[in-house]
Amino acid sequence: MFSRAYRAVVTIPPLLWVMVFLVVPYLLMFCYSFWSVSASQTIVHAWNFDNYRQLLTVNVYWQTLLRSMWIAARVTMFSLLLGYPLAYFLSFHADSRKELCYQLVIIPLWVSYLVRAYAWKTILGSEGLLNTLLQYVHLTHHPLDFLLYSPFAVVLTLTHIYTPFTFLPIYAALEHIPRNLIEASHDLGASPRQTFWRVILPLSIPGVLAGATFAFVLSLGDFLAPALLGGPSGIMISNIVVSLFGAAYNWPLGSAISLCMLVLVVSLLFLSERLEKKWSFS
Amino acid sequence: MTVTNMHRSRPNWLRIHAVIVFAFLYLPIAVLVLYSFNGAGVGGFPPRNLTLNWYRTLFADSAIWDSVANSLMVAAIAVLIALGLGIPAALALDRAQFPGKAIFRRLLLLPLILPGIITGLSLLMLFARSQINLSLTTIVLGHGTALISVATTEVFAGLQKLDRAQEEASLDLGANYWQTFWRVTIPNLKLSIIGAALLIFTLSMDEIAVSFFLIGRDNTLPLEIWGRLRRGITPEINAISTIIFVFSLVAIVLWYRLRTKAESSPEFAAELIETAVQGD
Repeated sequence: MFSRAYRAVVTIPPLLWVMVFLVVPYLLMFCYSFWSVSASQTIVHAWNFDNYRQLLTVNVYWQTLLRSMWIAARVTMFSLLLGYPLAYFLSFHADSRKELCYQLVIIPLWVSYLVRAYAWKTILGSEGLLNTLLQYVHLTHHPLDFLLYSPFAVVLTLTHIYTPFTFLPIYAALEHIPRNLIEASHDLGASPRQTFWRVILPLSIPGVLAGATFAFVLSLGDFLAPALLGGPSGIMISNIVVSLFGAAYNWPLGSAISLCMLVLVVSLLFLSERLEKKWSFS
Repeated sequence: MTVTNMHRSRPNWLRIHAVIVFAFLYLPIAVLVLYSFNGAGVGGFPPRNLTLNWYRTLFADSAIWDSVANSLMVAAIAVLIALGLGIPAALALDRAQFPGKAIFRRLLLLPLILPGIITGLSLLMLFARSQINLSLTTIVLGHGTALISVATTEVFAGLQKLDRAQEEASLDLGANYWQTFWRVTIPNLKLSIIGAALLIFTLSMDEIAVSFFLIGRDNTLPLEIWGRLRRGITPEINAISTIIFVFSLVAIVLWYRLRTKAESSPEFAAELIETAVQGD
């Protein structure tokens, strides 16, 4: 029903834009990752694997990458532990307050990401709310200094940011479970516990996968929360990339690390999609 | 009775859990708002010397308001770019067949799930290689590119619900494609487009990871705040954040009233995440 011209008009502009602003930049990043920097700080277009070799052999790079993955894994786990029961409660037990509760989960998303990280900083600092409160009620006499500038602060902040994102797809999955399946499970004599483990949980797995992947991938690549709250022990891989593109002026090495992240992210998306297909019920 | 008991016996710990999660989600926001009135600085318990001074300082602070103006302009143009390309892209995905369509869709959606640093840096390299100076223009291009995904997802969802017969009728009655597009297709997609525009605007206003690498001389609001956070913090930042939060709340309420008029599902944020992760 649509003419060739119509199809060309809607297809070509976005295709061109994607070529220029996504494909070419990714290819450039790929090329840079095989180049190097000379002593006089110019890019040398000599193709080699040195950047990848450094990434694997220099401890600080691969250790920071592993630490970032560990931080992202904890963020994902805590977001699921907070988000799943909440989604379950809203979907099955919130009754008339369901709509209100749903909005209450969404609203924090409208507060700037940066501002929420900043708010945690004012809570966790040595002169911050939590420490002064603890001293005010005489629970402690000195500020607790592990609260801020630590991996703990980064995990806490990122969990705060990604819990609503994890909640959303889980809630959507739970809402889509046909209620008569649950009734059938009860009628056939299953206890509520059995119904949860054998019916509800398996049917919500696609939502869990979507939420977990989202939280893991985006916290893995974060550099703002660690820069603001992480301190030296909470540095993540993107902070290293930022410094390589800034003061350290080593774009090629920075590109190699970014490209590794890109490959990691795309493989995770691929894996998540495969798992989701396996679990989704038709 | 037994069924009721079964439903009532389990939710107790669930209810407590829900209260804890809400407390966790709202604690920083409450602190943020409360301490914007605190005369004694950003931290410290109990809050002391409640004052409006930080708001007065804020209103006299021209650097902040310049950055707000920059952000509003960037967001408005980003909306235009994202919609201008996202609507055709959604139409293409819905109605055209071309080689590489699946990859095209993937690439288009990738910035939605990719950490902003990768989008930002790859664009930085593009601009550096083509000798384009960094400015608000490069930020606009970055936001536009990253947010086409949002426009496409929303409009594509709208197209899936659209009744093709209306467009056919319009064409049969002698309207050309152009007329049909403006008089039938677009009016039917109105809600999807407004929803996408609001979301893109908000995301652009808050965007920092991509802008971080594409910033020239003029700051956007998040980058202005970022610069100040590194220099030492005052409740002025709480004050500007509180004002933006109030504006966002108004926007949500407006949006919500708009949406309930239509029969579309309120779960589209969840759909967006699922599309980002699972690509379909």
